[in-house]
Amino acid sequence: MDASTVAISLLNGVSYGLLLFMLSSGLTLIFSMMGVLNFAHASFYMLGAYFGYMVAHQVGFWWGLLLAPLLVGLVGAGFERYCLRKVHKFGHVPELLVTFGLSYVLLELVQLIWGRGAMDFGPPPALQGPLFTLIDSSRDGLGAVIGQAAPALCKSAVAELTLRCTQFPAMRGFMMAMALLMLASVWLLLTRTRIGLVIQAALTHPQVVESLGHNVPRVFMLVFGGGAALAGLAGVIGGSAFVTEPGMAAAVGSISFVVVVVGGMGSLAGAFLASLLIGVLQTFAVAIDASLLSVFQALGVTLTPQSPGYPLWKLTLSQVAPILPYLLLVLMLVLRPKGLLGTREG
Amino acid sequence: MSRPPAIELRALRRNFGKTEIIRGTDLKVNAGERVAIIGPNGAGKSTLFNLISGRLAPSSGGVLLHGQPIDGRKPYEINRLGLARSFQVSNLFAGLSVFENIRCAVLWPLGYRYAFWKFLSDLRDANERTDEVLRLIGLTKRREVLAANLTYAEQRALEIGITIAGGANVVLLDEPTAGMSRSETTRFVQLIREVTVGKTLLMVEHDMSVVFGLADRVAVLVYGEVIAFDTPDAVRADARVREAYLGVPVAGH
Amino acid sequence: MQPALRFKPHDFWRGALWSAYALVLTVAPLIFKSSLALTMLSQIGIAIIACLAFNMLFGQGGMLSFGHAVYSGLGSFFAIHTLRLVSEGAWSLPVSLVPLAGGLAGMGVAVLLGYVTTRKAGTTFAMITLGIGELVWAMSLMFPGFFGGEGGVTGNRVVGQPVWGVSFGPQIQLYYLIALYTFGATALMFAFTRTPLGRMLNAVRDNPERVEFVGYSTQRVRYLAFIASGLFSGIAGGLAALNFEIVTAETVGAARSGAYLLFTFLGGATFFFGPIIGAVLMVVATVLLSDLTKAWLLYLGLGFLFMVMYAPGGVASLVMMNLRVAAYGKLRALWTSYLALAATALVALCGTAAMIEMVYHLQLDAALGNELRFMGTTLNVKALDSWFGAAFVALTGAGLFEVSRRRFAREWGRVQSEIQRLMRQGEGRP
Repeated sequence: MDASTVAISLLNGVSYGLLLFMLSSGLTLIFSMMGVLNFAHASFYMLGAYFGYMVAHQVGFWWGLLLAPLLVGLVGAGFERYCLRKVHKFGHVPELLVTFGLSYVLLELVQLIWGRGAMDFGPPPALQGPLFTLIDSSRDGLGAVIGQAAPALCKSAVAELTLRCTQFPAMRGFMMAMALLMLASVWLLLTRTRIGLVIQAALTHPQVVESLGHNVPRVFMLVFGGGAALAGLAGVIGGSAFVTEPGMAAAVGSISFVVVVVGGMGSLAGAFLASLLIGVLQTFAVAIDASLLSVFQALGVTLTPQSPGYPLWKLTLSQVAPILPYLLLVLMLVLRPKGLLGTREG
Repeated sequence: MSRPPAIELRALRRNFGKTEIIRGTDLKVNAGERVAIIGPNGAGKSTLFNLISGRLAPSSGGVLLHGQPIDGRKPYEINRLGLARSFQVSNLFAGLSVFENIRCAVLWPLGYRYAFWKFLSDLRDANERTDEVLRLIGLTKRREVLAANLTYAEQRALEIGITIAGGANVVLLDEPTAGMSRSETTRFVQLIREVTVGKTLLMVEHDMSVVFGLADRVAVLVYGEVIAFDTPDAVRADARVREAYLGVPVAGH
Repeated sequence: MQPALRFKPHDFWRGALWSAYALVLTVAPLIFKSSLALTMLSQIGIAIIACLAFNMLFGQGGMLSFGHAVYSGLGSFFAIHTLRLVSEGAWSLPVSLVPLAGGLAGMGVAVLLGYVTTRKAGTTFAMITLGIGELVWAMSLMFPGFFGGEGGVTGNRVVGQPVWGVSFGPQIQLYYLIALYTFGATALMFAFTRTPLGRMLNAVRDNPERVEFVGYSTQRVRYLAFIASGLFSGIAGGLAALNFEIVTAETVGAARSGAYLLFTFLGGATFFFGPIIGAVLMVVATVLLSDLTKAWLLYLGLGFLFMVMYAPGGVASLVMMNLRVAAYGKLRALWTSYLALAATALVALCGTAAMIEMVYHLQLDAALGNELRFMGTTLNVKALDSWFGAAFVALTGAGLFEVSRRRFAREWGRVQSEIQRLMRQGEGRP
């Protein structure tokens, strides 16, 4: 791997990690505030993508970006008001189960309305194409050009000069920007506004806050709806950047739970670290084709298909990439059960 | 050859973040003694119990049970060494019957451990001991009732029952008579007296009549420190104790 | 002086129930003779073991596992590989004992993974099981040698000469093997609930902290229960391997894990026999309901949601509550309310189902034309009156349901107060 590929992969990993964080932050917030681990959070992500697609096809991407999270937030708030609240008195396990049921229902409804195929939902024209291009020249080293590089800069006409261009998509850059913007606004909301202080207080002492005259059930509804809206926002961006299809909830759902557990239940900063870690880890792993076989070969040991454990050694890192987050989960639980920055026990 | 004290606290400290709750407590409770711990609210009495019973680990200092250090050990390890505690807020097995609640507390001391090859109904000694404890705490008639459906006083009785059922020789009771009427309290004091015969009792109490009726010695805990540890009458007359409770300054301050 | 043998009326009913259970298992295939019924009965037997094993953790231990298919699935894989080895003659093991190999595998995996999993409780535990479930499923694609890749692993349960005429070729023979295992596993798991470990597991569910203060290590109790659950899950998996003679990666997948949770909860986690009901529901839903309508998962999800909100104890708790009402002789007072409830619910359901079916028809069967048959009438997905008709039926049904539900709630409350009063009288309390 050369410098430009490493740089772009790093940026890709970070952008994917930030998207994961956008998703997991809502999950962590809801868990911190209400003690409920929202199993349907990834379904809200999926809803955001579909709503975004629907709105974008009518009035354009930017309206979709604005309206879809609001719609998803409404769905979330409604669910909290009519379903979750009823189950609150039964304890945390029924709360988890009711969100589990919701995930089934949402998935089926989405398939019912939009079918099982992938939707044609892509980035808006303004965000198509690369944000910048890295040019790796054997003569001049690493250089960069904003936007698309001219063909002449990428194709070498002379034999002694090798040129390679790697692009960083603008959509990814937008993803990073939105995630950071969202993080900043949530932080500001929680620490600088009155409603944020009420939320923080209701986190640990809901009865006291209620006796002070604040409508705590309404606060919970707000928080749940807000968390859902964040997931919806991530969905619009992720759906247009990657793919919008019914399987997207399952694909990203379990990873977001890994993020929450690895980061430490209830810790926003831990979720941030864990998302970046997993994002970068997976992006790099997918690109590396090495396996332990090559390591053995370097040590002078040749292995044949008959050698014991051969199926294990011949696995390349890119094949193993999908399970890396879960391996990290198990490792974390063995070595440091409370997560990277854990504060709350489950 | 004198026996080591049943419970000994040496320079015990416990912080929560930057706040020191227990600030260097020393205490020696002799075997067979009944000691009451009193003190204003927020003095750290429940924290002290948590430190002794293993619910919390000390920030520094030592806790010894019959001369053996137990600080930092898990609650079940400490319990197996012969120390049992009750809780200020009844900590019962809500979904199990009164009988089952008590039986759970006698299984380990009788050596049944993690047995899955014996039937509970065949464990004669466990069932008899459970019935005996039920008789002691006066809940025989409520044998099959779910713990969650008991009245408050019955729950407190069950709470004590679970604590003493295992036969531990060091018993910690955290505000056993909290929230009870006068007659219930009197009955409870008699109960506590009966079930702790020959055992070491450490009790947190706010009700002074209970303290003076039961305790051999009284420890006064104020802001995480023991400021007095003497017979009830001596403590009652102690000037520092009066200051702590009534805010009357002692001459010379 | 205690008599050596005490016979209580309680024991009579228990003996009668177990005999009835054994009778039903034995006689069922003679009553339901079709081959579809036989496959369903076989699957029900397997599902009973799997759901009971799941409920060991969930209902009895308070541990919510989102990845339980790992243990039954790996049990299936080990069993089918054992079967292949037996077929090749490499091992000599009677086919009837192959499920035990699955059980050992399930137990072994539980020993390995359970230690890490049971270190935490509650929500974190659930997340860990989810992660491990995903891990194993993802690994199934990486090791095609063991997991058989896309096509899975196949086997043949007919090995060698029939012993006393039994070769396990015909489904009926396999059914009786399954029935034997089902009865045995049910009995063992029931016995477990009456042992010290079983009772302490309940105590851990109710108050994990207090358990530590009576001398037990909560984690150890959970770990041991986890291993026991893994054993029985593995046995269920082994039986499934024999039944289908093929094991694919989806046996360790999230859908299967979700099904265990869903149906055990629907059946009722708070009673021992709840998962048995859940297992029957599971097979009936996946085999029959999925043929009846394409929207079956949606109905299932909605049904599950309603259950969690209004009857968290599942079908079993509903049965037991009504049995109690019947025992006090009050059931007669409620039957009109029940009838009204059922009738209005049915109407609302028909209307909603009609609309859902029409949407599905639009989505998936558009090539078949605009008309579909629904419950004896023909609906036209393009005709407005079909939609209005269905919506009207649904809304009217829902409205009437709400009315009858309120009436029912009042009646039920009245009956419950009556029962409370009678109970207190029986205890000699005011």
